[in-house]
Amino acid sequence: MSVVEKVSDSIDADQVTSAVVVRFAGDSGDGMQLTGSNFTEATALHGNDLATFPDFPAEIRAPAGATFGVSAFQIYFGADEVTTAGDDVDVLVVMNPAALITNLKDLLPGGVIIADSDAFTDKNLVRAGYQSNPLEDGSLEGYRVIVIEITKQVIAAVEPYGLSHKFAVRCKNMWTLGLVMWLFDRDRSVTIENLEKKFASKPDIAQANIAALNSGHSYAETAELPSGVEVYRIQRAQVAPGLYRNATGTESLAYGLIAGGRLAEIPITFASYPITPASSLLHTLAQHKEFDVVTFQAEDEIAAVCAAIGASFGGTLGITSSSGPGISLKAEAISLAAATELPLVIVNTQRGGPSTGMPTKTEQSDLNQALFGRHADTTLPVIASSTPSDCFDVAIEAVRLATQFSTPVLLLSDGYLANASEPWLVPDLTEYTPFPVQFETNPEGFTPANRDPETLARVWAKPGTPGLEHRIGGIEKSYETGDISYDPDNHQKMTDVRKAKIDGIARFIPPQTVSQGNDSGRLALVGWGSTYGAIHQAVKRARATGADVSHIHIRYMMPFPENLGALLSGFDSILVPEMNTGQLVEVLRAKYLIDAQRLNKVSGQPFKIREILEAIHSLLGESV
Amino acid sequence: MNAPQKLTLKDFSTDQEVRWCPGCGDYAILKTIQKLMPEIDTPKENTVFVSGIGCSSRFPYYMETYGFHTIHGRAPSIATGVKLANPELDVWVVTGDGDGLSIGGNHMLHVLRRNVDLQILLFNNEIYGLTKGQYSPTSKVGTRSPSTPDGSVDMPLRPCTFALGAGARFVARTIDTEAKHMTPVLKRAHAHKGASFVEIYQNCPVYNDGIFDYIKDKKSASETRLMLEHGQPLVFGQDNSQGLRLNAKTLQLEVVTIGENGVSLEDIVVHDETNRILATMLAGLSAPDFPEAIGVLYCQAETSYENSVYQQIKTVREKKGIADFNAVLRQGHTWTVQ
Repeated sequence: MSVVEKVSDSIDADQVTSAVVVRFAGDSGDGMQLTGSNFTEATALHGNDLATFPDFPAEIRAPAGATFGVSAFQIYFGADEVTTAGDDVDVLVVMNPAALITNLKDLLPGGVIIADSDAFTDKNLVRAGYQSNPLEDGSLEGYRVIVIEITKQVIAAVEPYGLSHKFAVRCKNMWTLGLVMWLFDRDRSVTIENLEKKFASKPDIAQANIAALNSGHSYAETAELPSGVEVYRIQRAQVAPGLYRNATGTESLAYGLIAGGRLAEIPITFASYPITPASSLLHTLAQHKEFDVVTFQAEDEIAAVCAAIGASFGGTLGITSSSGPGISLKAEAISLAAATELPLVIVNTQRGGPSTGMPTKTEQSDLNQALFGRHADTTLPVIASSTPSDCFDVAIEAVRLATQFSTPVLLLSDGYLANASEPWLVPDLTEYTPFPVQFETNPEGFTPANRDPETLARVWAKPGTPGLEHRIGGIEKSYETGDISYDPDNHQKMTDVRKAKIDGIARFIPPQTVSQGNDSGRLALVGWGSTYGAIHQAVKRARATGADVSHIHIRYMMPFPENLGALLSGFDSILVPEMNTGQLVEVLRAKYLIDAQRLNKVSGQPFKIREILEAIHSLLGESV
Repeated sequence: MNAPQKLTLKDFSTDQEVRWCPGCGDYAILKTIQKLMPEIDTPKENTVFVSGIGCSSRFPYYMETYGFHTIHGRAPSIATGVKLANPELDVWVVTGDGDGLSIGGNHMLHVLRRNVDLQILLFNNEIYGLTKGQYSPTSKVGTRSPSTPDGSVDMPLRPCTFALGAGARFVARTIDTEAKHMTPVLKRAHAHKGASFVEIYQNCPVYNDGIFDYIKDKKSASETRLMLEHGQPLVFGQDNSQGLRLNAKTLQLEVVTIGENGVSLEDIVVHDETNRILATMLAGLSAPDFPEAIGVLYCQAETSYENSVYQQIKTVREKKGIADFNAVLRQGHTWTVQ
């Protein structure tokens, strides 16, 4: 009998069917993220569907044993469709007392704890806030606790490699990974390959880590583990056929931007300034100079957006990226791009705020900023990605809108999407329809104010084109000639045309669909962004028990799809779950005069499926 | 292709009415540059003028080239983007003391440090014009303005000193109304590969009139300016009777009279444009104690930023071979679901 079934018995059997949540937790220097990502890769290759949630502190190396320095990596995997990183933890791996005390609350009753007893020293216990050792005082009764002197085991395992004590102890995470891999019947070969690659220049370290990994694995195989702890057997997931890889949202977003440039048939210039959690986009793109990609690390956020704007003026697509506080700094320049009607993509990987807030935690609280956070009537399209894989398509769409409508486009991602990974059905770029940019080359009748009559996009004439020399700038320009104009009627007209252009995009985007359920009924959950997975599962579970509930997930936040208002009016109630204090809900209420209800969470943590399910039940009342 | 035809000043003038105040030094600079354009070998369509905000930043509207009038202080960043997008373009940045050294000081620092191949013309009139006369970061201590009715109290900076400190590899100073001097300086700035920084003393007749009279006035000019020429001794004054000597004890330049106290021409420092230390000393000289350096203070070319960027891209491309996007997506660990 496997642990999974036992765990399943102990909670709602309908909710967990051959799926497991594992969380690795330790000091921020314990290598938990690396452990998690290797386990994820092995799990993906095993054929399970999965979703991950890396949750780490802002401190790079917090003082050892401190609760605020605990870094965790959670993975939810199983045989069925997985769209969140899971509500509750089945197996909790803790490298020290601080990791235990901060994570125990999420462990299911009867769940498994794997703990390194060597790290449960008096000093660490006190630092974590324990009066007595929980591994010994019986307070963990009700869980299945596997206590191992991991540090001692590791030191013995790596002894032949002659590492210093410090480096030997660092192999602890790989030892633990080996043990957990045994527990879930994962293949270690990918991790071994990764270690060989990562430490190519330090073969001793590579071999020591591999020895630790193998040692942890064989320990589990031969040791007497508590009763009920056996190898988990999890069926392969039934997913769409094709070639898969793991990807975080940042990776697929980066690839999406490159793909967008290729479909638009223009080079991209990516300019940004380091900020958590957005920097990895710059890192990823900087590795792909073989495509028409130039990356630029600017001196600040303003320089970054300005360089991107300059690059668009120069005839490439300028792209900039940041998180909320950095987007605030870019705001003035974004309005310049809107006024001069130059293409520009701005990616906001949202984080907990305001101000520095919680840089490594996730939130959806920059929607208002995206929609309204600029001076004057600066309107621009805003689109949001909903899953790590979706980031690819949304990035392409951002490039399409920017280049086809000569406008800055704001793309909203968030810290969860950026760092979370999931199996990604690798797209085939040849299946996408190109949207090549048409630069103006004909001097006949040219003015920089010329527009496409359909899209209202301003003409794009790049420097270097003979006969099209012209000036643009932030001062209001004549609708007819593009020259400076302070004429009152002209300003009205230009304001109107800028707005009409953005509003008109609604005619060039797909209508809003219902992602799950009927297109009318008692209740619709309306979400946007990374809440997709949790809403999807909650609606699925509610529908399985007969509830009349649908899920609508909005990608186009500005302008909304033309049919959105009519679609929403087909439901008796609307519930809008958001990781903010209620931003989309206010927009929907104002725009469509509907009594949309709110469900808000601003803890830096994604929604749990249960939290949304409870809200559905409470709204639908007894009839569910 | 059309046969190359000789362009004139007119070809570089737009139909826009120039809107600077009567008597503004900007008119003279505009004329000099419009006249210079046909003499440099850049096709008109490859020329781009980028500016920020302020009186001087209206400049691009009057140049019949590509132009971008951007936002306050950010012209160096926008210009960097233009150059990264297309290194073939010949990009000029027009800025002022407020735009380039106050709100945009950080960008100026970094564009010079990076050495992006741009010509940066900083019109220094020691005052904010467009916002109606507040003191600027180059205003002398004691400048009375609407925001400093009792006189400014903070120390001004010297633009050329700033540029040298930031690592600029071409630094020059010239004067708005002196086309004969400005033209060759700008030609050299243009020929220099990398960021060329040119400070132009520019008179604001409305808010700071006559601020540079001490150096522009023909009568006193010989005493107040030090005309720089590479390889020539640093002499000035009537009949070039005065010169600058390095005091070995104080490590500072001092004014000496040739022929007095045993000073001969041999004792006078010879201008060396490639000497950053000397250039920094020259940049800091100010009237009335010293003559002010006019001309090319420093010129020592190094590979420009965008050149290095594209060189790196070329190397990567050669190493990686043909860029196949679908293949890159399929690199690393993948698995197939049947």
